[in-house]
Formats: sequence, C-alpha cells, structure tokens
Amino acid sequence: MLIEIRNKPFNAYAEMQYYLDSLDLDGKYGATANFVGTMRDFNEDKKVTYMTLEHYPGMTEKHLNAIANEAIEKWQLLDVLILHRVGKVKITEDIVLVACWSAHRKEAFESCRMIMEQLKSSAPFWKKEETGSGAKWVEKNTPGF
Amino acid sequence: MQVSVKYFASLRELMGEASSVIDLDESVSVSELWQSILDSKKVKFDNVMMAVNMEYVKSEHQLKSGDEVAFFPPVTGG
Repeated sequence: MLIEIRNKPFNAYAEMQYYLDSLDLDGKYGATANFVGTMRDFNEDKKVTYMTLEHYPGMTEKHLNAIANEAIEKWQLLDVLILHRVGKVKITEDIVLVACWSAHRKEAFESCRMIMEQLKSSAPFWKKEETGSGAKWVEKNTPGF
Repeated sequence: MQVSVKYFASLRELMGEASSVIDLDESVSVSELWQSILDSKKVKFDNVMMAVNMEYVKSEHQLKSGDEVAFFPPVTGG
C-alpha cells in the first residue's frame, strides 16, 4: 500500500504502472480498478483558471491510511495506491489517483468506489478556485451517487 | 490546562490565524471550546468539522491537556 500527498504534478497512469512494477503481484492479480480526478476549466458554470489545494498534514495521511486499510480488509485486496495533489493545480493536471488490485473485478470495482467516496466526504483537503474575478473556496463536493 | 488549536481553509482566513494555544478549565468539551472561540472572535461559522489529535470527534468529546484540536469547513478534496 502506498499513500502520498504530492505538491508537484504527476501522471496518474504512469504512477500506477510504476507502482505496479514495484510489486510482486504477477499471476496473482486479475483485476485493476482505478479512479483519476483531473482539473477542469469550469465549475458550476463558472470558468476556473487554476486551483489551490490545502490539506491537514498528518491527519490527511492518517485518515487515508485508515480508509485504505479498511478496504484491504473488507475486500481482501492485494494492494492499494492513493496519490493526491496539494498546492497550485493547473487545468488538465491530475488531482487524485485511487488504484485497487484484486483477484477478481467485484472487489476491485467496489473498493475503488468506496475509497474514492470516503476520500471525498471525509479526508481533510480543501479546494480554492481562481475564477479570474477572484478566488473562492469550494463549499461542498458534488454527490458521487 | 492548555490545548493547541488549528484552523484550516476558509476558517483560517476568518480567524485571521492558522493556530493558537488556548488556556482552558478542566472538563471542557470540544464544542464548548468552539463556542468560546466564536464568542471571543465575534464571528459565526456553520457546518464546522472538529478533530482532536487528528481523529474526528463528536461535539461532546472531552478535551485533555496537550490535545491538538482542529476546526475546519466541510472537506472538498478529490
């Protein structure tokens, strides 16, 4: 399991492959599910030029670890990777990656969804959007279901 | 007793500081501390989230000397 908060841009798909190559899962995993969240140029019909992401160092990592460990135990996952950006994020940059590896698809799909929804609803991160006419804190996330 | 208090995001901007150390009487709950901060700063803030020592807690959670208490708005990561 790897959980990292990054303050520089990352390529989610390259990171996923790089991490998989570091594991010894050949022949064991039959399913990979992932979610990649990427920076848009709009939100709620307003143009967004960039975003600044803040977190609570220490608590954020601790909380993500707890979410991932719960998923590993519940779905008997082979491995989990979570990366999340902080700092200034530009349009098209990846914000979050969640990847889950398991023997079969059911566990990979369900765990990836659960981790992402829990991350959205409870991991201490906050977004501030620059709209061109001033910066504004995002007050809530859109529902995932 | 003393506790350290941290604020994040819009709440940090509202409070005008990221952290402070606060002297408290014994047997104070996290929500009582929050109300006393709002009163002393003369501000209002709805939907606050509360954590003690980096774990979410309920409003009636009793504080201990040396606790790290965090107040922040609803989270918006991902």
